[in-house]
Amino acid sequence: MSILAGKKVVAIGDRDGIPGPAIEACAVTAGAEVVFSSTECFV
Amino acid sequence: MKSVIKGAGYILCHVPDMVLHNGTTQTTEMIVNPEGEYLKALPSHLRSWEDVLEYWPNQVYIGNKTPDELAAVPQPFYTTPCDVKERYGHFGQMMPQEEFTLLMQASDVFDLVWLDKNFVAQYKEQFAANPMIDETIVARIKDGIEISEIERLVKEEHSEGLYHNGTLVGCVKRAHDIDVNLSAHVMLENIVSKASSVLALIAGVQNAGYQKADIEYVIDCCEEACGDMNQRGGCNFAKAAAEIAGLVSASGSDSRGFCAGPAHALVEAAALVEAGAYKTVAVTAGGCTAKLGMNGKDHVKKGMPAFEDMLGGFCVVIGENDGVSPEINLEILGRHTVGTGSAPQNVISSLVTDPLDRNGLKVTDVDKFSPEMQNPDITKPAGAGDVPQANYKMIAALAVKRGDIPKADMPAFIKDHGLTGWAPTQGHIPSGVPYIGFAREDIMAGKIKRAMIIGKGSLFLGRMTNLFDGISFIIQANSSAEAAAAAGVSEEEVKSMIAKAMKEFAATLLAQAE
Repeated sequence: MSILAGKKVVAIGDRDGIPGPAIEACAVTAGAEVVFSSTECFV
Repeated sequence: MKSVIKGAGYILCHVPDMVLHNGTTQTTEMIVNPEGEYLKALPSHLRSWEDVLEYWPNQVYIGNKTPDELAAVPQPFYTTPCDVKERYGHFGQMMPQEEFTLLMQASDVFDLVWLDKNFVAQYKEQFAANPMIDETIVARIKDGIEISEIERLVKEEHSEGLYHNGTLVGCVKRAHDIDVNLSAHVMLENIVSKASSVLALIAGVQNAGYQKADIEYVIDCCEEACGDMNQRGGCNFAKAAAEIAGLVSASGSDSRGFCAGPAHALVEAAALVEAGAYKTVAVTAGGCTAKLGMNGKDHVKKGMPAFEDMLGGFCVVIGENDGVSPEINLEILGRHTVGTGSAPQNVISSLVTDPLDRNGLKVTDVDKFSPEMQNPDITKPAGAGDVPQANYKMIAALAVKRGDIPKADMPAFIKDHGLTGWAPTQGHIPSGVPYIGFAREDIMAGKIKRAMIIGKGSLFLGRMTNLFDGISFIIQANSSAEAAAAAGVSEEEVKSMIAKAMKEFAATLLAQAE
């Protein structure tokens, strides 16, 4: 059982690391509900 | 024939007061937490002019030190003062705030920038002594007005203040009473971008060995937008900057793509020259006030200097093939397409391995990769890591996966084919292009044969798409002699062409030495 199953998830990605949509895809696969996802830029 | 890189210019402008008044991290904090500890502490973390002169990454940016020399400096770089402390380098210069403020006024053609007459009197001579500033630009400096009138413009007319050493010394007026696209805030950002682009253009054209009138087209690739309420991104910073820089024969236009803008613009410029549309194209960009102090909270929290106090600018001049200068090879383009996706592996594959595959090359056939060359002093304390290193790890991992190198060789591959970042976090400024000046020199000196420039852009920040973006291209040693031989051109003709180009190159070196 995934630790994310049934949980609500906020995904904040980094444009030079793992972007939001990639985190979102993983979280959804693990059974989470993604309520917000974005990618931020610090450069 | 392929177009070539004739030269490049790189400039930095030290603007500590703009960090406080114009960086969005600070202006946001002034709204949401004006009495907070960060705003109180930040001024004591600002660097002096002497500090920025002896900062290793800055000396690399203007060409006084090389990326290889920087790689040998222990990190964080700021703990080791550079032995070279010159403001001028063979790629360009560092400009102090007082001169840059005057350059802003010289770059304004709508009577929006007004300076205190005492400030102008104090610094005009110093400004005129700058070897890159000619008499036409000095002649644009107005005598200035009473400081009391500037105070009134800031208090009563929505003007943005210009400060030096914490004192109000001028202002940028709004260009319209209602239109937010012409507000004082936007006009300040745009005039800063234009002024720093002017300086970069002058450096680039000079380093390329051209006369100003030789430049036929300019492409600006910064991340600002100018226009009014009816066309807020109408732009053409290119032509606006070319006018002040004195490029009388140039037309121009703007190209945008967030941080990937410069790489897109260079491919466009190379294509224009190769197609014969223009003989010489200058790709230019000025700096960005919004990003000043962007990661300042983390720098202050960790007791470090607020490193993001430099506006960046660059200019790369593309010309017709001279038989000597490094070429841009448009046959090896990396393209992040709509269907590529945003997963890091997909992004790097599309930009690095796919174009090499299409041309029968291995990852190891590229001597140097220049992805985003952010200075790790700035990004590591902020938790963003070492951005160039992260890119190199991904490229190395893909090289292993493809069988181009054994896994055990990854560290050596990263060391040999990578670079240590030295560029300020000014968005488009670090994106692949900081290495082009060195790449030209390294290729012409025979140290390397092929470099890949990689630009990446965060399109999602504009809230128009969730897509990422990227583009890459190859700079390679000049191949016209081989091409001419294959086409049956005589050896004498090739020798004559090379001799002519070498003569021009020597003239450029002499001009730089002077």
